[in-house]
Amino acid sequence: MKFAKLALVASAVLVLGLAATDASAQMRKVKIATEGAYAPWNFVNSQGKLEGFELELGAELCKRAKFDCEFVAQDWDGIIPSLQAKKYDAIMAGMNITPRRLETINFTTAYAAGAHGFMVLKSSPLAKMPGGEYNLTKDLAAAEKAINELKPMLKGKILGVQGSTTNLAWAEKYFKDVAEIREYKTTEQHDLDLAAGRLDATVGAHSAAKATMETATGKDMMIAGPGFSGGMLGLGVAVGLRKEDADLKTAFDDAVKSAIDDGTIKKLSEKWFKVDMTPKS
Amino acid sequence: MPPKSFFELMQWGPQGWLDEMTFATGLTLAVAISGFLFGLVFGTIAAMGKLSRRAIPRRLADVYTTVFRGVPDLLVIYLFYFGGSAMVTAIAQKFGAQGFIGLPGFLTGTLAIGIVSGAYQTEVIRGAYLAVPPGEIDAARAFGMSGWRLLRRIIGPQVLRYGLPGMGNIWQLVLKESALVAVVGLSVYFYEVKLGDLVLIYETRFSDLLRQAHVAAGSTRQPFVFYITAVVFYLLLTTASTWAFRRAETWATRGLRQV
Amino acid sequence: MDFTFLYTSFLRLIVGIPLTLQLAFSSIGLGLVLAILLAAMMRSRLLPLAWIADGFVFVFRGTPLLVQVFLIYYGLGQFRPYLDEMGVWWFFRSPYYCALLALLLNTAAYGAEIVRGGLQSVPHGQIEAARAFGMSGFTLYRRIIAPIALRQALPAYGNEIILMIKATSLVSTITLMEVTGLAHKIISETFRAFEVFFVAGAIYLAINFTVTRLIALAEHWIAPDLDQASRPIEVGKLSH
Repeated sequence: MKFAKLALVASAVLVLGLAATDASAQMRKVKIATEGAYAPWNFVNSQGKLEGFELELGAELCKRAKFDCEFVAQDWDGIIPSLQAKKYDAIMAGMNITPRRLETINFTTAYAAGAHGFMVLKSSPLAKMPGGEYNLTKDLAAAEKAINELKPMLKGKILGVQGSTTNLAWAEKYFKDVAEIREYKTTEQHDLDLAAGRLDATVGAHSAAKATMETATGKDMMIAGPGFSGGMLGLGVAVGLRKEDADLKTAFDDAVKSAIDDGTIKKLSEKWFKVDMTPKS
Repeated sequence: MPPKSFFELMQWGPQGWLDEMTFATGLTLAVAISGFLFGLVFGTIAAMGKLSRRAIPRRLADVYTTVFRGVPDLLVIYLFYFGGSAMVTAIAQKFGAQGFIGLPGFLTGTLAIGIVSGAYQTEVIRGAYLAVPPGEIDAARAFGMSGWRLLRRIIGPQVLRYGLPGMGNIWQLVLKESALVAVVGLSVYFYEVKLGDLVLIYETRFSDLLRQAHVAAGSTRQPFVFYITAVVFYLLLTTASTWAFRRAETWATRGLRQV
Repeated sequence: MDFTFLYTSFLRLIVGIPLTLQLAFSSIGLGLVLAILLAAMMRSRLLPLAWIADGFVFVFRGTPLLVQVFLIYYGLGQFRPYLDEMGVWWFFRSPYYCALLALLLNTAAYGAEIVRGGLQSVPHGQIEAARAFGMSGFTLYRRIIAPIALRQALPAYGNEIILMIKATSLVSTITLMEVTGLAHKIISETFRAFEVFFVAGAIYLAINFTVTRLIALAEHWIAPDLDQASRPIEVGKLSH
């Protein structure tokens, strides 16, 4: 069944990602890159297909902006350079707006925002870390006070973080001197190691942590400690674009705003994350 | 959601991963074949350099084989993956082209494997050429053969015969080395067009065998099942190639006195 | 070329050299012991022993080292409760030990073939002559078989050592930050693939050059009469 379908597709289709089929000649073609390993934002299902919040939202945004869009998968560590190299035109991969990324690329207004923090095993002593919500932009002093209170608990522990992320920069800034930090290529890999007990905690977005907790391996895991957002952790998740593509930015900005205003983002994020991830202005 | 059993995970079709793993094996084979052929080109050029009477080609060929046999293959893959497009763009701009040029992932990965395997193939080709008795070449020249005909009738068949066992070993090397592209995630894309009012075009990604095992392990959180399946598929590939090369050797040495 | 960048990259990369060397040499050392054991099993008259050794060599030589690394690290990580019960979880918990295990099993499989080849190369006449002199068992091995086999096997084994030094780069995929892991980190921060490759490549070439020299010295030391400037290049045991 699948093979027949594939054969059919393959015949109509081009290999090597060099070009795509023309669905509608009128509309502008936009290629969007995603990672495909960051559930529920974007991931690969058992049919080998991309799926997730950003895939649905992307389709919605493209419909509003009247773009003819297609999604491609790209590894996280090469996702910005390949945008620069024009392999695609936009990034929707759970990518946060940060000052450092803004030096090389541009972002639309944020389409989602959420907290970052620790995920641990329920049986771990770290499960008792105190909670709370802190914003690094609005009240850095309070956030750093909370971080300092966590330090004694994390002493000598092993933290897993995905490489080249805001989470890694944050963990290295505040916890490098007390804990061992291990870098992983994908969040799926550090989740496997947390489940196996090789890590004491992972550092990442709460949204991704919640998705892991829904799976069979994640049933013994929980989010512990405070949630942090803003500042070096990013100003929300947005579409990443090349700086010169100002027209794309205008079109996507309008699409994002209208999707926020009419509650589409609320609806989609509640479907995929079980919570409303609409950015609060 | 209870964990699935091995057989549930390894079904053929949309519920299981067996079909994906099988296609991925095909891609691994494709990567290995292209990498091997690129290597044959690089290896032949470098072997000609090493056999040259002039110092500069010899020196260049020596640097090539020393560097790419002495540096980890993974480092070469990173070089091509991160530097490939930049390099091509820089070269193209020297010739007056403008803008960026993106290299498709498949080409980047197979070129990297080709460069590395070419460094090993150089020695095999050079060794095989030197094994051709000079007297036969002299005799052929005396018969008036030269250039292409000499290569095709006398040198070519013998280089093939002497080089085949070494090439068999390198093929096994390339087959296993192709697993390294999993680290950077080389894929072949197939696009599926959704007609109707939804404009989105979904894509189906074919990864190589190890990458596919990786993706499935991450998605199902059942790494053991998928890596052990990858082991079995690789063993099938290497065993089949051992058999194929043995057949090829028999064919290439036909009509030769067996000692 | 931006020499400041090359220099700062160099300073960051050399931090990984001890881990690279440590992994390479511990796995080679332990792997050699296992290789000799396997070679003995392969020659054993007890067929099940020979089958086990043959099967081991077949599987580890027939699959990519990277798959073996992932299988041991992520694959076995899934069986934590059982490993805990067996009291070996402390070993599999550490990425370092998992990497070491994968590397040593892999080199043992290749090493077993080299050792076996060395043993096979001992001329029968020499063994018969030694027997005629009344040597047997351990003395025969120590005085006749081992020295000849070692002389034959050393060039191929030198090749294997270089391959293992290169192979350590794969452990960067399971969070260990040796030279290649650090190189990847610097590249993904700066996207300057060429400069980093240049520096990291030079480090590996320097290590391999030194090791090659040491092996050549060892070859000369154990077999000064066998100094062959033009030994046929060994391509048989290249792959991992």
